[in-house]
Amino acid sequence: MSERVNAGLHGESAMQKQAKVLLGFWIYLMTDLVLFASLFATYAVLRSNTFGGPGGGQLFNLPLVLVETILLLTSSFTAGLLTIVLSRGNRRLVMVFLALTFVLGVGFLVIELTEFSHLIQDGNSWQRSGFLSAFFTLVGMHGLHIAVGLLWMLVVGYQVLYRGLTTAVTRRLRLISLFWHFLDIVWIFIFSIVYMIGVL
Amino acid sequence: MFGKLTISAFVHDPITNVAILGTIIIGIVGIILLIRFKKLSWLWKNWLTSLDPKKIGVMYIAIATFMLLRGLADVLLIRTQQALSSGASHGIINADTFQQVFSAHGTMMIFFVAMGFLFGILNLIVPPQIGSRDVAFPFLNSVSFWLFAGGALLVNLSLAVGEFSAAGWLAYPPLSELSYSPGVGVDYWIWSLQIAGVGSLLSGINFLVTIIKLRAPGMTPMKMPIFIWSVLGSMSLVVFAFPILTATLSMLALDRTLGMHFFTAEAGGNAMMYVNLIWAWGHPEVYILILPAFGIFSEIVSVFSGKRLFGYKSMVWALGAITFLSFTVWLHHFFTMGAGADVNSFFGIMTMIIAIPTGVKIFNWLFTMYRGRVRLTTPMLWFLGFVVTFTLGGVAGVLMSVPAIDYQVHNSLFLVAHFHTMIIGGVLFGIFAGFTYWFPKFTGFTLNERIGRWAFWVWLFGFLLAFIPLYILGLMGATRRLDHYDASLGWQGLFIVAGIGATLICIGVALQILQVIVSIVQRKQHLVLDGDPWNGRTLEWSTVSPPPSYTFAVIPIVTDRDDFWVSKHQSIPDQVPRHYRAIAVPKNTSAGIVIAGFATLIGFAVIWQIIWLIPVALLGLIISCIIRLSHDAEEEIISAVDVERQELTARRQRDLV
Repeated sequence: MSERVNAGLHGESAMQKQAKVLLGFWIYLMTDLVLFASLFATYAVLRSNTFGGPGGGQLFNLPLVLVETILLLTSSFTAGLLTIVLSRGNRRLVMVFLALTFVLGVGFLVIELTEFSHLIQDGNSWQRSGFLSAFFTLVGMHGLHIAVGLLWMLVVGYQVLYRGLTTAVTRRLRLISLFWHFLDIVWIFIFSIVYMIGVL
Repeated sequence: MFGKLTISAFVHDPITNVAILGTIIIGIVGIILLIRFKKLSWLWKNWLTSLDPKKIGVMYIAIATFMLLRGLADVLLIRTQQALSSGASHGIINADTFQQVFSAHGTMMIFFVAMGFLFGILNLIVPPQIGSRDVAFPFLNSVSFWLFAGGALLVNLSLAVGEFSAAGWLAYPPLSELSYSPGVGVDYWIWSLQIAGVGSLLSGINFLVTIIKLRAPGMTPMKMPIFIWSVLGSMSLVVFAFPILTATLSMLALDRTLGMHFFTAEAGGNAMMYVNLIWAWGHPEVYILILPAFGIFSEIVSVFSGKRLFGYKSMVWALGAITFLSFTVWLHHFFTMGAGADVNSFFGIMTMIIAIPTGVKIFNWLFTMYRGRVRLTTPMLWFLGFVVTFTLGGVAGVLMSVPAIDYQVHNSLFLVAHFHTMIIGGVLFGIFAGFTYWFPKFTGFTLNERIGRWAFWVWLFGFLLAFIPLYILGLMGATRRLDHYDASLGWQGLFIVAGIGATLICIGVALQILQVIVSIVQRKQHLVLDGDPWNGRTLEWSTVSPPPSYTFAVIPIVTDRDDFWVSKHQSIPDQVPRHYRAIAVPKNTSAGIVIAGFATLIGFAVIWQIIWLIPVALLGLIISCIIRLSHDAEEEIISAVDVERQELTARRQRDLV
């Protein structure tokens, strides 16, 4: 305080802003992880509360879930490629990988919703038992995140087309990629804890 | 068309009608005054759409004050009911209204009073104390505030439209499930907390990043003011605990609206899961509130003793320990659930351990005062009151951490007295102390000391008179939430004493309001021209009071803990920078109000199951988010000439002193 400098008065540099947003987004992802942790814990407690209805073993179609998983893991890979071409500033390839990620994500979501609708048609909706409530909520919450991510990709894709790779757009693309990898990790836990252990 | 919302939602009993009428009249008078003095657009431009944390902070405090008065009105009802409703008399309100009243009291006091004051003070103090102009994400800050306001609006709306929850402040299932609470009360509770809770969560992220990334150059972690450390701990807890609340409330909402079976008494639900989850959030929440209060007291005791804080490092470690331990004790809220002796012993021991870092802090404060030049100002009185009451309540808490004892006093008034001692004697006294201490920082004049002292003493005696009887009643076997009891129990006398205490507390609050009004009227006599009325130690006092919109013309460089104090005492003349530079501040925006408005509308639509409104409001929310987030944040430039002019005026004023 005895000395004062005139540094950093004119707003803040783009790099400072980037660092701030990145840290904030990481912390947000951690809070989301706690949200999922609460749902996982509830699922673990309610897993055997089938109330005379079917359990995971009778309901889950593992091959279909495997296809879902492969789609999502591949989309995570293309999201990774997206950040690589992004740092090279290649707008065309950015669009290609963004579109690929988007399409794979849509494929994942369609399969998930198909699975849900089959379950409901067979009379195994979330109203059937505590187990099914926990199942639909945990998996559905992940699906909801995927849907939000897809919407986000549409908006930012539009910005890439009409504004180009500005600092802000680049930053948003990096955040989308982070978000997508995060959802991928959560899915791996859903795949192993809900589906794999479920059919055992 | 309007779902469950019919004309019967507007029909209430006489006491509620009076309250509604009063609220409406106050609202109308307020609007008429604003129009009369042509202040409506001033309010909109200078306050409601502002992204300045100093203004957002004041708005938080305004809402919290309003909610405090509402919570106090509930207190008067509860105390009157319990003082009268013995034997043949059944008091002034019926059992159902009584249940709504105590549920509303707890909900409002924790979520909208304590949290509101907390975030208000954080917004005002954190940026200047770390030598920053703003929080990390100014727009997000505005969204957080308006979500908080939206939640508060829903709680207040429930008074006039429909009803509030009658299931207690934490709405334990299966009572809070649709089969036992078919009305909209619990839905009001869920959605007001959900909306305000998301706001708190976003604030938590915001302040964490602010503290980590925006400290002035040279302010290494061990040079941070202790208040900043306490906020860091508290906000870490927000970030880890509030998602649990979001998840839990969502599950309860899904149970009630989509017929799920998470916590129901049938179809494989597990109500105890809810109790676990809500306290996995709820216990950290207690520390979210108390840690910043510890920080405030640490600043105050150091300033008014004219000494460095004793044991700064141990204070930091104690804060860290409490932050960690607060996640390991949640089960002590339901020892009686029957988790078994091993589990109960573990949580009992962890609870006792948490008393150790808290004790460290108490001794640090006392040693800070030891051989200091203590000035007994109002903030210091609140601190001394806190030491006594908090220690009293803490001892009662350690007592209850023994599972065997807890089995005896669980759900009794002993428990009610304990947590009120902690939250009033800890959190609220801290808020009052901080309010008095920092008031001149943001207004340019100090509060009237004389009325402040009166308010403190009335408050303190009222507080002891209100809660000591409850400790005794609890040990006599009185359980909480009683709307009526048998005359032969002999409790009425003590309940009447508690009622007198509550009345004294209300007089104390009235004195505080009087204090603010008198101080504003007599502000010329209490001006703080040099901006530093208490001989402060930390950076926020280095600017003029009230600070300009940009707070610091030049970002300070920190060389020491208590940097401002050190620089004052090295008697280095304040260096005038050779030239000033333009400063960018975020531009006002109404997007925060719009986004939070749509969120509140979704809440309202779900509460009343107005099916068509849900997608409409949701679409509005999504579109307004997309529009705002596609914009690159706009800034307003305060020119160098402007900065120089404001700074020179301030300097001249300071030199006059």
